[in-house]
Amino acid sequence: MNGSPLMTDLKTVVPPSRSPDIAVGIVSPIRSHRAGSDVPFLVLMGGLGGSYLLLIVAMLAADLAFTSLGDFAAALHKPEIQFAVRLTLISCTISALLSIWVATPLGYLLSRFQFRGRWLIDTLIDVPVVLPPLVIGLSLLILFHVPLGGGNLEQWFQQQLGFRITYAQPAVILAQFAVACAFAVQTMRVTFDQIDPRSEQVALTLGCRRSQAFLLIVLPQAWRGLIAAFTIAWARSLGEFGPILVFAGATRMRTEVLSTTVFLELSVGQLEAAVAVSLVMVLAAMVVLGIVRLLGAKVMR
Amino acid sequence: MIQFHDVTIRSGPFILSNVDLAVPQGGYAVLMGGTGQGKTTILEAICGLRRVSSGRVVICGVDMTDWKPADRGIGYVPQDLALFPTMTVREHLEFALRIRRVNRATILNRVSELAQVLGIESLLSRHTRHLSGGEAQRVALGRALAFQPQILLLDEPLTALDEATRDRLCELLRSIQRQSNLTTLHITHSRTEAIALADLLFVVESHQVTQRPLAELESIRSVSDISPAGVR
Repeated sequence: MNGSPLMTDLKTVVPPSRSPDIAVGIVSPIRSHRAGSDVPFLVLMGGLGGSYLLLIVAMLAADLAFTSLGDFAAALHKPEIQFAVRLTLISCTISALLSIWVATPLGYLLSRFQFRGRWLIDTLIDVPVVLPPLVIGLSLLILFHVPLGGGNLEQWFQQQLGFRITYAQPAVILAQFAVACAFAVQTMRVTFDQIDPRSEQVALTLGCRRSQAFLLIVLPQAWRGLIAAFTIAWARSLGEFGPILVFAGATRMRTEVLSTTVFLELSVGQLEAAVAVSLVMVLAAMVVLGIVRLLGAKVMR
Repeated sequence: MIQFHDVTIRSGPFILSNVDLAVPQGGYAVLMGGTGQGKTTILEAICGLRRVSSGRVVICGVDMTDWKPADRGIGYVPQDLALFPTMTVREHLEFALRIRRVNRATILNRVSELAQVLGIESLLSRHTRHLSGGEAQRVALGRALAFQPQILLLDEPLTALDEATRDRLCELLRSIQRQSNLTTLHITHSRTEAIALADLLFVVESHQVTQRPLAELESIRSVSDISPAGVR
């Protein structure tokens, strides 16, 4: 039997201690098993996943190939675009800070408390996520101008607080916040879901009020989630365009953010400038997200 | 002293009804019962983390049924310990005292005294994630004892430990409890642990809690041998 072709075939090898004839006769032998190579699987996964990375890199490369350093410099020297860069960085940061300020309590309450009607709140929070951004802008515009006790919200803000909302910079921030906050809430909620409520409960037995347990035990554990929520809110705000256009307008040197710039340059046929500004946005996003990540890593240590 | 007067606890479909229970001041009571019988629920009701649907919970002679956990002054060591992942061992021992705004010198004294009793002086500056099972137990125990509670609740504190560590901790628990005249309620599955520690034995089964003579411990082999009618 030893030299037979059967014995060399991996799939039909029978343990040497047993005679193959007897083994077959008594119990059907389980063939010795080799799992085979993992390479095809990993190549497939890598190939499918990598195709997306390739698309991103290809888009950026095409942008880079389309512009020259001259276009870039020219775009950055325009005062309108310098203004837009500044307004973008400031408005995104404010709306991201506002988002985590609101998302932290909301995420915490939704994660820790079971109450009637919670599904309604869950659904409401998802509305800004699923709604077309343009509709959010429109809704904000209507909200501030719908007649309300002889005036409207816009007039009230102007009379009581002395500044405009609609078609002004507060509208930029509010439009960004309206969408970005929903994403921050989702992130914070998952964050609190992942923090064991047990340590909080123990803190209560040790003499803490709920607020103390939250500040001393829960929040320090939520740092990573806070950083993530800020990042997501910031990035969403950067990409916001439709609501800003409708609610804040696209006035140069007043309510122009970088996404508006791309649109304005494109609409007057300045393709080179539009691409240069797009690359500025990519750069700004990468720098800010990098800083936030670094900061987060430092806090964690 | 811990007393339950006709307490009923509901949690979804789960119910523990008409529980009467009394652990005298300075007594060491062991609570046994199968998995899912509600042993942990009883501890939670004592320290205020779970509402009782009827009956009274009386702690040291005061009706605390509607009190917040923070006001009850009960030391609680949950099964999973739930150490604070962002704090050092020292911060664990200081925690309850800082919440009570105890002055700095008293805190320092209390922490070094506790650390010495528990044998964790060398760990004080460490973070909790690098502690062994026995060390983590001691820290959780220290955190619960720091504010000198009169009642100590322990939820299977020794289960995950090797035998030598378990024996040492058993002795430690007993000596601490005697020295400070702590009223203790200790959940366990282990007969050995119960024999080593118990002054009183309670058994939870079929939604009821009953007190049993300690002698039963000698004859049972495991919790499953305990039935409402006594020893099988």
